[in-house]
Order: sequence, then structure tokens, then C-alpha cells
Amino acid sequence: MKISVSVNGKSQEHDVEPRTLLVQYLREACALTGTKVGCDTSSCGACTVLLDGESVKSCTMFAAQADGGSVTTIEGLANTDGSLHPMQQAFHEKHGLQCGFCTAGMVLAAVSLLDENPNPTEKDVRFGLEGNLCRCTGYHNIVEAVLAAAAAKEAK
Amino acid sequence: MIPAAFDFVRAESAAEAVAALAEHGDDAKILAGGMSLIPLMKLRLATPMVLIDVARIRDLSYIKDAGDHIAIGSLTRHRDVEISELLKAECGVVSAVTAQVGDNQVRHRGTIGGSVAHGDPASDLPATLLALDATFVVTGKSGHREIAATDFFEGFLETALGSEELLTEIRVPKAGPSGFNYQKFNRRAQDWAIVGAVAVTVGGAKKVGLVNMGSTPLRARQVEAALAGGASNSDAAQSAAADTEANQDLNASVEYREHLSRVLVRRALEAATV
Ligand SMILES: Cc1cc2nc3c(=O)[nH]c(=O)nc-3n(C[C@H](O)[C@H](O)[C@H](O)COP(=O)(O)OP(=O)(O)OC[C@H]3O[C@@H](n4cnc5c(N)ncnc54)[C@H](O)[C@@H]3O)c2cc1C
Ligand code: FES
Ligand code: FES
Repeated sequence: MKISVSVNGKSQEHDVEPRTLLVQYLREACALTGTKVGCDTSSCGACTVLLDGESVKSCTMFAAQADGGSVTTIEGLANTDGSLHPMQQAFHEKHGLQCGFCTAGMVLAAVSLLDENPNPTEKDVRFGLEGNLCRCTGYHNIVEAVLAAAAAKEAK
Repeated sequence: MIPAAFDFVRAESAAEAVAALAEHGDDAKILAGGMSLIPLMKLRLATPMVLIDVARIRDLSYIKDAGDHIAIGSLTRHRDVEISELLKAECGVVSAVTAQVGDNQVRHRGTIGGSVAHGDPASDLPATLLALDATFVVTGKSGHREIAATDFFEGFLETALGSEELLTEIRVPKAGPSGFNYQKFNRRAQDWAIVGAVAVTVGGAKKVGLVNMGSTPLRARQVEAALAGGASNSDAAQSAAADTEANQDLNASVEYREHLSRVLVRRALEAATV
């Protein structure tokens, strides 16, 4: 079936099998491999992308369900001049990653979280990211990074 | 994991969805948020030949004041239920319980109707809607019918919904600012409840629902009767496990689940007092 999806602001048209998962579509048809597959069972959040601005797990969606929608992956987050998105900057400054495997999903989940709750408490951040697992950091610096990004946004 | 192949049909209205169900019969499945169905398809525990995508039927996504009750469209996403000011004011337990379903990503896609139609006894919302004596409206070829929540959940993942029917609306009572509480016991964030207990007051009467204590969501009728007869919360909670048929699995034995139900019902009742 034919689908058209705006991916990181560029409109993409593809002929896909209905059973194509959104993550598979992004990685294989769009060649955007920043989005990772961790668990493949909707538990870990590594595959999180934004669909029309909201976080979703792209391993548990068909590309066909995104037809007509707008998807943002980690590749689409930085500014066109190459400078980092404030959430990426905060992860960088607070050292919110180690191996980096969870990071793309974590950053996008955090962007969606701040969009819905611009002034989260530490508890809000921890609950808000419960769909994203990190095997390395112990979450401490991730939570710090999200709080820092919220404060930076507030200061603007 | 890639599901078995299927045909994808997008329904733009309830009538189109019902017509597609009638055309494809048992080969077809409704796809709402996909948060329960897609994981099953990836494991090939479900292999529908046709998926009827209903997620874009905007007319079935609403929360409105219908006079003596609140009407919720079946395709209203968990996120919209969670933040609804109308529900918070009139039937806050539905918003509060929904906020505990899965994680943000799941709530951005999953729908209240999908939770109900799936009929999983471990889900948070079915037991809550059962405790509220909610009514479900289903639509088929020959029009609408209303099914009381007490008649809806028939067995493990089995409901009174016909294979050619679409669940279209969930009706909950106006409970006003009455006390409610949900105790969800799990070991990890984002998990399903090992056992859950919901307590809510509707029209002066206390109702108690149980999650994951049998093959369907359950009401703790004996607890409700004891409370109506004047028993204290902790005395009434002693009969929480009566009439249950809890399962044993790697998380808990039957005895442990029964113990949890008594403790969680007591906590829910105590916390629900206003
Ligand atoms: C990681 C993860 C964690 C989760 N955690 C929890 C949790 O803690 N608690 C909890 O309760 N749930 C949990 N869920 C399940 C979640 O609540 C689902 O959103 C919900 O069960 C199904 O809603 P859906 O719209 O996604 O339905 P779908 O998956 O699209 O459909 C589910 C079933 O219902 C049928 N169906 C859907 N809508 C209709 C309709 N309108 N009419 C007729 N049939 C219909 C479908 O054919 C299918 O059989 C979790 C899911 C995931 C992926
Ligand atoms: S890969 Fe999608 S949630 Fe883990
Ligand atoms: S940084 Fe390694 S999994 Fe999170």
C-alpha cells in the first residue's frame, strides 16, 4: 500500500507492506538508523519517535498508521545549522548517557514529556520516562538533564 | 518480530467499520491504538487476515456531559481521558486509573474502547468500569445495543461483543467529587498489576473492583455488602478474596494474590474516604 509520511519535515512516499512496522520503515525505507530497536516488545522505549509531536513506540505501530502524519526522529531534532536541540544539549552537558543505545528514545520521550508538562518535578520526570529503560546510567543524570532542559526552556 | 501478512482497511466512520466487519467476518480484527493487538500479532498469537483501522474516526473520540452520565467515545485515547477536566470533576476515578495504564507512549495511542474490548482481567480500566456499573454501547448492522458492564466480561479475553460489532461508547455515572482510590501492585514501573483494587463511591454506596483476581475483572460483592451493613473498612476487606479465582504465575501464587487483594482493598477503602 502507498503511504505518505512527513519525516523530519521532508515528505516521503513509499509503497509498503501493511505489516511493515514504523521502526522498520524509518530504518530501512528512510535509512534513518538513529531510531533503535531494543526489546521489540514495546517495553524499553529505545524505538521512541514523535508522531505529530507526541512520543510513540515505533516498534508497536505499523507504518500505515502514520500515513498522513508527521514523524520526528532523533536525526530531525537538531537545528538546521547543526546546533543541538536544547534537550540534546542538556543530555550532553549533564552526561545523560553512557553507551547511548537508549538515548535517541530517551531524548524524544523527554521532549514529548516537557511539551505536555513544562515544569515537571523530579518525580514527574521519573514517572514520565517510565516507558524508557536505560541499562547504563542508573537514570540519575538523565533525570538531571531533563530538569535542566526544563529550566532552560523556562528561562527563555 | 514481524506479524503475519494481512490486508489493511481504513474505516473513516463507524458505519464503514461495521460494514467492513460484516464483509470480512471472523477474518477481520478492529485496530484501534494497537497497544494490545500489535504485540499479539508480532508474537503471532493473533493472525488476522484483515485489519480494520478505526483510529481516525474522529466522531468516536469525545468526552461529554450527557445529563445523567458522562459519555466517552470508544476511540478516546488514554491520554485524553487522563487529562479530561470533565472526567476529573464528574468521575475522577476514570482519569486517575487511566493515568496508571502503561506509560506515556502507550497512553498516546491506546484507547479506552480497546482496553474494554480486549477484556483482559489484568487491565486497569475494565475492573474500574465494572465497579462504576458502566454501560457499553455497541454498534452492529442492525443498530445499537447497550450492555451493562456486569454482563460484558464473559471469560479470559472474551466479552459479549459480537464479532461483527464495534464498541462505540462507554457511559459512566456522574459520581461527583466523591472518594475514590486505586491500588495497583506491581514490581516494576509500567507493568500490569499483579493485583489491583479500586474503591469508588457512587450515589453514597461504596463499590470495589478487583484486577487480575480471576479470568475476568471482578467486583468484590461481599466487601460491598459488609460495608453497606456497617462493617469497618478493615473488617470488610477481609472478604476481598471471596468469590475470586486467582491464577498462579511467575509473579505470585494464588495465596499471595488473595493476601494482596485483602491488603489492597483495605488500603483503597481507607484512602477513598472523603
Ligand atoms: C508496554 C505496554 C504496557 C501496558 N500496560 C498496561 C497497564 O499497565 N494496564 C493496562 O490496563 N493496560 C496496559 N497496556 C494495554 C493498553 O491499555 C492498551 O492500550 C489497551 O489494552 C488496548 O487499547 P488499544 O486502543 O490499543 O486497542 P487495540 O490493541 O487496537 O485492540 C485491542 C483489542 O480490542 C479490539 N478493539 C479495539 N477497539 C475496539 C472497538 N472500538 N470495538 C471493537 N473491538 C475493538 C481489537 O480488535 C483487539 O482485539 C499496556 C500496553 C503496552 C504496549
Ligand atoms: S524496541 Fe520498541 S519499546 Fe523496545
Ligand atoms: S546509556 Fe546505555 S542504555 Fe542508556
